[in-house]
Amino acid sequence: MNRLTLDLWVGLFVAIGLASLLFLALKVGNLSSAGIGEAYRLEAKFDNIGGLKVRAPIKSAGVVVGRVTEIRFDPENYVAVVGMQVDGRYKFPRDTFATILTSGLLGEQYVGFEVGGDPEMFKAGDVIKKTQSAVVLEKLISQFMFSKAADGGESGKATDGGEGK
Amino acid sequence: MLDGLTALLRGLGKQVNDRLWRLGFASRFFLMTLFYSGTALRRFFLTIREIYFTGVLSLVIIMVSGLFVGMVLGMQGYDTLQRYGSSEALGVLVALSLVRELGPVVAALLFASRAGSAITAEIGLMKATEQLSAMEMMAVNPIARVVAPRFWAGVISMPILAALFSAMGVFGGYLVGVRLIGVDEGSFWSQMQASVDFGEDIMNGVIKSFVFGVIVSWIAVFEGYDAEPTAEGVSGATTRTVVTSSLAILAADFILTAFMFRGA
Repeated sequence: MNRLTLDLWVGLFVAIGLASLLFLALKVGNLSSAGIGEAYRLEAKFDNIGGLKVRAPIKSAGVVVGRVTEIRFDPENYVAVVGMQVDGRYKFPRDTFATILTSGLLGEQYVGFEVGGDPEMFKAGDVIKKTQSAVVLEKLISQFMFSKAADGGESGKATDGGEGK
Repeated sequence: MLDGLTALLRGLGKQVNDRLWRLGFASRFFLMTLFYSGTALRRFFLTIREIYFTGVLSLVIIMVSGLFVGMVLGMQGYDTLQRYGSSEALGVLVALSLVRELGPVVAALLFASRAGSAITAEIGLMKATEQLSAMEMMAVNPIARVVAPRFWAGVISMPILAALFSAMGVFGGYLVGVRLIGVDEGSFWSQMQASVDFGEDIMNGVIKSFVFGVIVSWIAVFEGYDAEPTAEGVSGATTRTVVTSSLAILAADFILTAFMFRGA
């Protein structure tokens, strides 16, 4: 086999390899949507982050505007500190409300930004003051059970009292 | 009684010593290959010729196997996922399992049996017919002229083949999942893109396949160079190449996975 044919085949081989890597990167992976060019960092403190993970999305009005980059425990105040990288194209008012939400009934958890009306915007490194923790299903159920039980007890007492009279 | 015990222990010791000696020889041979790689990289045509034989001629087997593995993943994954009502996650399952594990590992296993065995047989036969000695007589270093180009060709081909395997597999999963079964096309791709990370998943797969390429090529050229210069010797060396490199790939995969995906 002469050299030119050989070069052609190997060139084709390498081109196919690069094309499949490109396919993996753009079509399978997130390189096309990872275009958070300039990001700035925000922090938020939550009483309970539930099942929030690093790399979870941050959404405002349902659109991804950033990612969670760090989750750590604050040993002085016993709260969770969530570090976030927010897309530099988007500015949020200083009274923005950060909530931990769940997509779907059993989906992954994400941080939702509900925008307030403050004219001043967050700067890099700011801490979000207004936060709401994740809804823990067990707590919700136990609250419901307790309120049910309390209702049942009161009505029971009422009837008891009625008979006593 | 005592003699029997001594003989037993001596046999055990010989086994261990032989293995260790061979491992040492293989490591020195690896360093020699790297040391004499200058020729293979400077006269790159030598390597290109070997890339043709190891890489280009493996294209068909890699593409067909990738397609079938992806199609099977699509069917099996759908069967399991639809029990939990999350058949849209099929794309994630197919892509992650291919890009992280199956792509590099199965491509490397195929590469070891398709190209590794051929390299060993070729070098072993060169040794048996004393071509390597003839080269040395002509002051041509056989490691630089014969071994290094084949080694580098394997190292270069392996990541390309693994990427191709993963891409074909994803396409196969798409064919079965979306075209045949009817999973929603939009959520198939979008969920895949949302969960597959370029740096974490795809690049780690590429690193894995590069490491497997080094392992397979190293074992193949070493077994060929170390083969007994007889017909049985060459056939035994070819078998050893496939067995050893398959085991080494799986073991290295475990170690690499433990470092890469500890689930931080």
